[in-house]
Amino acid sequence: MHLPPFISLAAWLPDFGSDGNFAVMSLIKIACLLGVLLTMVAYAVLVERKVSAFIQDRVGPNRVALPLIGSIPVLGPFLTRLGIWQPLADGAKSFLKEDFTPNHVRKLYFWLAPAITLIPSFLTVAVIPFGSNLLGEQMVLADLDVGILYTFGIVSLGVYGIVLAGYASNSKFPFLGGIRSSAQMISYEISMGLSVIPVFMLVGSLNLGQVIAYQADGHWLAFQQPIAFLVFLVAAFAETNRLPFDMPESETELVGGYNTEYSSMKFALFFMGEYANMITSSAMMVTLFWGGWTLPFWGLSAPATTLGGGLLHIGIFLAKVIAFMILFIWVRWMLPRFRYDQLMDLGWRRFLPLTLANLFVTAVWLWLTTTAATGNPLPK
Amino acid sequence: MQDYLFYLFALLTLGCGSMIVLSRNPINSAMFLVLAIASMAGLFVLLHAFFLAAVQVLVYAGAVMVLFLFVIMLLDLKVEQRRRMNTLGIIMGFVSVGTIIAVMLHGVVATPVTPVLEVARHDGATEPLGQLLFSHYVLPFEILSVLLLVAMVGVILLSKKELK
Repeated sequence: MHLPPFISLAAWLPDFGSDGNFAVMSLIKIACLLGVLLTMVAYAVLVERKVSAFIQDRVGPNRVALPLIGSIPVLGPFLTRLGIWQPLADGAKSFLKEDFTPNHVRKLYFWLAPAITLIPSFLTVAVIPFGSNLLGEQMVLADLDVGILYTFGIVSLGVYGIVLAGYASNSKFPFLGGIRSSAQMISYEISMGLSVIPVFMLVGSLNLGQVIAYQADGHWLAFQQPIAFLVFLVAAFAETNRLPFDMPESETELVGGYNTEYSSMKFALFFMGEYANMITSSAMMVTLFWGGWTLPFWGLSAPATTLGGGLLHIGIFLAKVIAFMILFIWVRWMLPRFRYDQLMDLGWRRFLPLTLANLFVTAVWLWLTTTAATGNPLPK
Repeated sequence: MQDYLFYLFALLTLGCGSMIVLSRNPINSAMFLVLAIASMAGLFVLLHAFFLAAVQVLVYAGAVMVLFLFVIMLLDLKVEQRRRMNTLGIIMGFVSVGTIIAVMLHGVVATPVTPVLEVARHDGATEPLGQLLFSHYVLPFEILSVLLLVAMVGVILLSKKELK
């Protein structure tokens, strides 16, 4: 595609050779992506507190004011009431608190666990197409042909952080939390993995870019595969340890679960990991079932050729992700926690047969329709 | 670049592999096994076998090893940490590893160099792999799945204390 030089990022940068250019572009994209992701994590916490306050008829955080901006006549107090500076204060608090390491913990794993929790949730973002084109660049970090398998592989590594935190803490409640979480995450990974197979049978590719191309013009897979979407949604709640499935934390039974012994920034890393996981699973749901960056109106399904169009696509994607984030938060404050045996029962005895049946029905339907259309049972 | 990465991943695989055997704490062994599996996935990526790499991480590092950890954590670790090496075990270990290496080397030497499979030429894409699995290799594939099914049924049978 030939773009006028003023809207192509490559034209602005010096030439580093083909490998070098790719590396520089990727680094720029990684930096932007991480910046947006971390900001979203910080503000998701604020939204969580505001929404919970709204649901429980409270006001929520409304005290943190910045010295200069706070004294601007109308705007300053308004932003303060919104709590817009609260994430800054929370972050500073996490850094400044005492980082206490209890004597009885296993030091190495105690240090590693928070990092292992956070890293997978960041790595997953690499394959998600968060926009079409911007400045002549494709808006996805790695356009992998095995995109979804990569995602599931990385997501399945996320459980180590929690298991190791439970083990390293070397005390009862965190240990129980760690054990619960490993059982829960393995169980729901299976339903999650099986639930998306029909999606890829319809699309015919594991590449997430192709999945979005298939959904162009409003053929969103949530309408074609509602069972798959619902199972994926519920499994996403279980995988991110959110209510109604927050058994590993479960403060009424386990004090705080796997993160009981953690303080200061290490605790904050677990916290950030949970929110980053929510964002990535929202992004996965948007990509797989709700058309990614496309909208069926005004020709927004085609990849953008202008700067504004590119930004608009990123905006659409972010708006969809934020909608799912609000769903996550809303559900947390509306539903009570499941019992552990109910959770396992739901995962193994309801979802597993349901997803298998869905898989079978989709296969039969595809077989019948392709045979009817081409007289040949195979698509090609 | 690719060569250095190969040496890096190969060294990591071997290093973590030996640490699995050498470390006293079973949790450490399990975590080194995870690292070894991950670096093997790196080797697969260098071979452009992206599907294998992803499945390796997904199945082994992500699912099987978590179950290992789960079981190890439920066991009493102190007994295992105090256990001494016994001579017979070491000898048997070396003999069995030697035999496996001999069989594998024999296999490598005895196999004539064949042209590259169709899968390898397609840059490790998923589609040709699936085509091959369900056409040329369909019998071994089905036999393997029956084997897995038998193992699964066996596990359920063994773990149920009393059959109703």
